[in-house]
Amino acid sequence: MAIQRDCQIVGKEKLIDGIYKISLKSKELAELSKPGNFLEIKVSDSLETFLRRPISIYNIDKENGVVEFIFQVKGKGTEILSERKVGEMLNVLGPLGNGTFSVKPYRRVAIIGGGIGIYPLHELAKNLKDSEINTYLGFRNKDLVTLEDEFEELSDKLVISTDDGSYKEKGFAIDFMKKDCSKEKFDRIYACGPLPMLRAVQAFAIENEIPAELSLEERMGCGIGACVGCAVLTKDSDGNQKYKYVCQHGPVFNAKEVII
Amino acid sequence: MLHGTFGYGRNHKDFIDLNKLGAIITKGTSLKPKQGNKPPRIAETSSGMMNCIGLENPGLEYFATVDLPFLKQYDTKIIVNCFGGQEGTIENYVEICRQLNNMDIDGVEINLSCPNVKAGCLAYGTTYEGVKEITSRCRKVLTSKPLIVKLTPNVTDITLPAKGAEDAGADAISLINTLTAMKIDIETRRPILSINTGGLSGPAIKPVAVRMVYQASHAVKIPVMGLRRNHDRRRCYRVYDGWSNLCVCRFK
Repeated sequence: MAIQRDCQIVGKEKLIDGIYKISLKSKELAELSKPGNFLEIKVSDSLETFLRRPISIYNIDKENGVVEFIFQVKGKGTEILSERKVGEMLNVLGPLGNGTFSVKPYRRVAIIGGGIGIYPLHELAKNLKDSEINTYLGFRNKDLVTLEDEFEELSDKLVISTDDGSYKEKGFAIDFMKKDCSKEKFDRIYACGPLPMLRAVQAFAIENEIPAELSLEERMGCGIGACVGCAVLTKDSDGNQKYKYVCQHGPVFNAKEVII
Repeated sequence: MLHGTFGYGRNHKDFIDLNKLGAIITKGTSLKPKQGNKPPRIAETSSGMMNCIGLENPGLEYFATVDLPFLKQYDTKIIVNCFGGQEGTIENYVEICRQLNNMDIDGVEINLSCPNVKAGCLAYGTTYEGVKEITSRCRKVLTSKPLIVKLTPNVTDITLPAKGAEDAGADAISLINTLTAMKIDIETRRPILSINTGGLSGPAIKPVAVRMVYQASHAVKIPVMGLRRNHDRRRCYRVYDGWSNLCVCRFK
């Protein structure tokens, strides 16, 4: 079930240069949202930005009826969004995506995120309280590191790495995850981030027979499965290939299912 | 609600009461399931968007067994947009029309206008002769349903395909489909869409659509369906009022 509502912006914070958090007041939206869901946000009434912007949900506060998302300014739409002010209304379609993270009490899980892909993993981690959570977050450099404290609080173990070694560990997040997995196998892996990272997680998970869930992104139109713009190639257990849609069947997919 | 923008209605049921719609024109449907183009299939531009979906659809059997029973629950007319599948042959158009003729639907729209498939559609849709031939063959088998021909704007003179449809016995024509267009990523210096070009829709093409509906409605006597977003419905009727008659609105 998804709804379309004008939601008031009740909070806005600049996390680092070019990355903003916006909090929306909506009891209904908070009630309906699950970890992995995303919103389609109408950034303005201008026709300059014709399509809504799909942005994943970072935090769901059911008690206070608040839903939060974090985004990076990448183009016209996100630039306009970053200029919206507290008190203004934002038209939102959501929560969207029928493929969300599974939040069963697995014993030992790995959460791996890269860059701006780490944000939907926050709400996921909040919902895995009964699991041993090992989180691996990778960033290009120290200037791009965000949410360290938030993930520290939610994780039993947190490894932050940067590609250039300018902060904490040097290297790719997946390499630290692999190292820990070789000591004791994970029961499940959750991942969101750049495509090369997702491909590496997918290959590792399949090779080691670990169930893995990947949150994907694709250029999106309607967000509800009607325009079939955000296609991702999938295969079933017999190897038959078929396009599914990130907005409708995802954004979270079983790693075995997608061809990325 | 127009073909390609509304799927088979199911996805919009959370947002719209389907009973309130006069008619739904389904997504373009072929005899067999058809896979669309590789992603990226969508690119935004000022006042519009481009797509190169490639008429992906689950096929007529799926429509008949899953989507049609779903749509029949609602008080709305069902018009099926159809095309000649992967091969795009006239025979395929005729066969799907023959099968649709016996289904519990309210009309058929043949798609002669998709710019994103390799075969069919534009091969017939851009000339008087092409439209006339395929329409007359579909007309022969489509004896119990209204036949609408959806035209492409990617022509020099829209009155020629419009007359082709009328002379072949179409009950109405609908226009316009998208205008072929392209967007380049300035970082990679490559086209954004997977097949390089796509179809441009949205407010950006409204003046072109208005001009073509005007020209077509003066060239034929059959109803002309001017296709628009539902963004500003009253204006839509005002624009087309006095020319032809019917106007279907497009969902965004």
